[in-house]
Amino acid sequence: MKTDQHRSSWAAFLFPLLQFLLVAATVYVFLSKKYAPPPAITAAGAAIDHQYDMTLVVTAVAFILSQLGLAFVVLKYRDHGQSVQFSRGNNTLELLWTSLTAVLFVGLALLGGKAWASGRMFEPGPDTVRIEVTENQFVFNFRYPGPDGKFGRLDPRKIDASGGNPVGLDPTDPTGTDDIVVPTMTVPVNQEVELLLRSQDVIHSFFVRELRLQQDAVPGLIVPVRFKAEKIGRYEVVCTQLCGLGHSNMHTYLDVVSPEDFAAFLKKGGQ
Amino acid sequence: MSAHGHTVHVSAAPTKFIWKYIFSTDHKVIGIQYFFLALTSVVVGMLLSVLMRFHLLWPGAKLPFLQGGVMTQAQYLSLVTMHGTMMVFFVLTTAPQAGFGNYFLPIQIGAPDMAFPHLNMLSFWVTFLAFVSLIAAFFVPDGAPISGWTAYTPLSGIGQATGPGEGWGQTMWIVSISLFCLASLLGALNFIATLIDMRAPGMTLMRMPLTCWGWFVTAILTLLAFGVLLAGGILLFLDRTAGTSFFLPAGLVLTDQLQPHSGGSPLLWQHLFWFFGHPEVYIAILPGMGVASHVLSTFCRKPIFGYKAMVIAMNAIGFLGFVVWGHHMFLSGMNPYSAFAFSVMTMAIGVPSAIKTFNWLGTLWGSKIHFEVPMLFALGFVSLFVSGGLSGLFLAQPAVDNLLHATYYVVAHFHLVMGVASIFGMFAATYFWFPKMFGRMMNPTLGKIHFWFTFVGAYCIFMPMHFLGLAGGIRRYADYTAISYLQPLRPLTMFVTFAAFVTVTAQLFFLFNLFWSLKKGAVAGKNPWNATTLEWTIPSPPPHDNFGGQYPSVYRGPYEFSVPGAREDFIPQNLEPSQVAQEAKS
Repeated sequence: MKTDQHRSSWAAFLFPLLQFLLVAATVYVFLSKKYAPPPAITAAGAAIDHQYDMTLVVTAVAFILSQLGLAFVVLKYRDHGQSVQFSRGNNTLELLWTSLTAVLFVGLALLGGKAWASGRMFEPGPDTVRIEVTENQFVFNFRYPGPDGKFGRLDPRKIDASGGNPVGLDPTDPTGTDDIVVPTMTVPVNQEVELLLRSQDVIHSFFVRELRLQQDAVPGLIVPVRFKAEKIGRYEVVCTQLCGLGHSNMHTYLDVVSPEDFAAFLKKGGQ
Repeated sequence: MSAHGHTVHVSAAPTKFIWKYIFSTDHKVIGIQYFFLALTSVVVGMLLSVLMRFHLLWPGAKLPFLQGGVMTQAQYLSLVTMHGTMMVFFVLTTAPQAGFGNYFLPIQIGAPDMAFPHLNMLSFWVTFLAFVSLIAAFFVPDGAPISGWTAYTPLSGIGQATGPGEGWGQTMWIVSISLFCLASLLGALNFIATLIDMRAPGMTLMRMPLTCWGWFVTAILTLLAFGVLLAGGILLFLDRTAGTSFFLPAGLVLTDQLQPHSGGSPLLWQHLFWFFGHPEVYIAILPGMGVASHVLSTFCRKPIFGYKAMVIAMNAIGFLGFVVWGHHMFLSGMNPYSAFAFSVMTMAIGVPSAIKTFNWLGTLWGSKIHFEVPMLFALGFVSLFVSGGLSGLFLAQPAVDNLLHATYYVVAHFHLVMGVASIFGMFAATYFWFPKMFGRMMNPTLGKIHFWFTFVGAYCIFMPMHFLGLAGGIRRYADYTAISYLQPLRPLTMFVTFAAFVTVTAQLFFLFNLFWSLKKGAVAGKNPWNATTLEWTIPSPPPHDNFGGQYPSVYRGPYEFSVPGAREDFIPQNLEPSQVAQEAKS
């Protein structure tokens, strides 16, 4: 080996130091929770946070051990005149760490199933508030079925945003006359809400951090998701699926209100 | 398995410039051509990302080369699209496999060239055409596409009506990608045929260097995946130009016009794209893993720990890579039950990746580490792969994906594994093999400066992105001014941007070193690293037919370092057993 030194390269010390700093800085920022989502306002969201925390523990342990382990071997086995401890491998070790990793990783995946199912696999009950969310370049519209509880038929040829019919309600369908169409979403607290996501043009998405809920709105599909908000407040709704030149401006608000305020909202036709 | 006689038939070395350097069938020239194409692409890709970072901090700034001065949101999105496309295809799919693989696969297995030299030349020139087509997208009316490198439909599937750049720009994109697919498929055929049929006597599959295994598995993935992208690209082209509706449902309203399509599914595009797209990312990293193993073993003076496990792990990654594509689509609207299956398989693919990491650590354990520049990049590769790989565990779970999908957390993850770890594999390969390719050493001081700045810089750019994502930073946003909760992220965004400026500048050390050393580097002998594999037994640079008209004979595995009883701390693969100098008995 045509190295130019027998004394240790300073890389042998600098690399482990940087690895140590990497671990220290990363652990510090994660623990400080300086960059964290706002608290979840649903039980399902809390379950997702729990799953996240469990994953964080597993990955943190793996990260710290691997990165510091790498630092350790680099420092300890730098060439300082020692002999090599010859080895081609160790099958027992291979089986051991393979099994351990498999159990850990797949176990994590299985544990997270319930948190996923709660938002996506459900049957709406009689009290579920159903809201149809229509997204298009670059606005959200929310449709409530009105007192008759039925969504009126839509016809894309009737879409006329400037004329007050952004979702294309078909005037020949009487069940649609009482439908409420508004640009922000209002829901009652502590009551199950079903969103029916749809799009008129390209793929958009619906994301509210506090709900821990994100779902694409796909043209040609109606995708149902469900949540039950437990805290009154105003929350930001953003589009997260690249939808064109106005993508970063496409946002609206979710207002979680008391049942009385929600009843009043519906009565006033969404004003 | 190779049943060749020991003499080799190779065409005579060309003498005229055009046949020697332009339309060459020599795998070494073709490998270098691919390498320089990838180098050009990475410089273009980096410049695009610098513009993106600049815009995120100063969205209102007037830029001299833009008409009207201020970058529009659409222009930002076209940078995003072209950056991703350029980097994923023309850098990460080109340099590791087509660049270094073309050059060194035949030599490392003891062959005089690839199985199909003319097909090889065709592959390069079709790739070059693909590159030109992609660059052309910047110059067509209305500019480059804005649909991201993922080109989801209907945004990409209708044409001008969905946004700027979606007319001619998107069409040129499809042309470019389709040509790239064709070239890749031809290349994959070449690699596989060469590997199976042209190994020298004694070079069994389990004596191949891990670099060759990396290229082998990658070639199989390429063969199976790129055809699907090609098919998708053709269908997309037809939707846009021939009135078909593969990806377009009924009822689309764009610019107040009801579109005439009906019956198609936007999800079909996603399935086709990601069925290709997931193996693609393993195509991008597997050669780098092979290089990391190879370089680590060489500069540790110790065999790779668990060679067989490493081979199995690479194959497992390759195989599992085909059954996880749905993890890009958890929130796409596909059946939520499928998310369970994709999630379990995705977590499972973390297992062979972990095995490789343990084996790299096992190689370093008990070794004798020499900190040459290739080794620094190999060590960096391990660190970066661990960092980038672990964030994948979060994204592999659909419940957690609710929070992290489409945020900068995802951007952090894929940049660390693809944009940095894979690139470190390429840097390690460059510094390691430059002496063999060009007969000269690269300057080690410049190399070390390049390494430290890039290692620290890349972490400074991409680790903070995890936090940006957790705090709600949405990806592909041209600016953050419209969303109130994104405003507090500006200081961290600034840090990332400045780290990016510094890191990109540090690449000048590499570029200068590369070009300067071509002419002025210290002259390299056959084996400056005292390595064991076959490329180090021939002159630097190698002659046209590599092994001088004969197949070498191989007697042992590729990582015989510090073997007890041997006098030298390395035994070349082709050294006859009787020639191996034994330690003097005391």
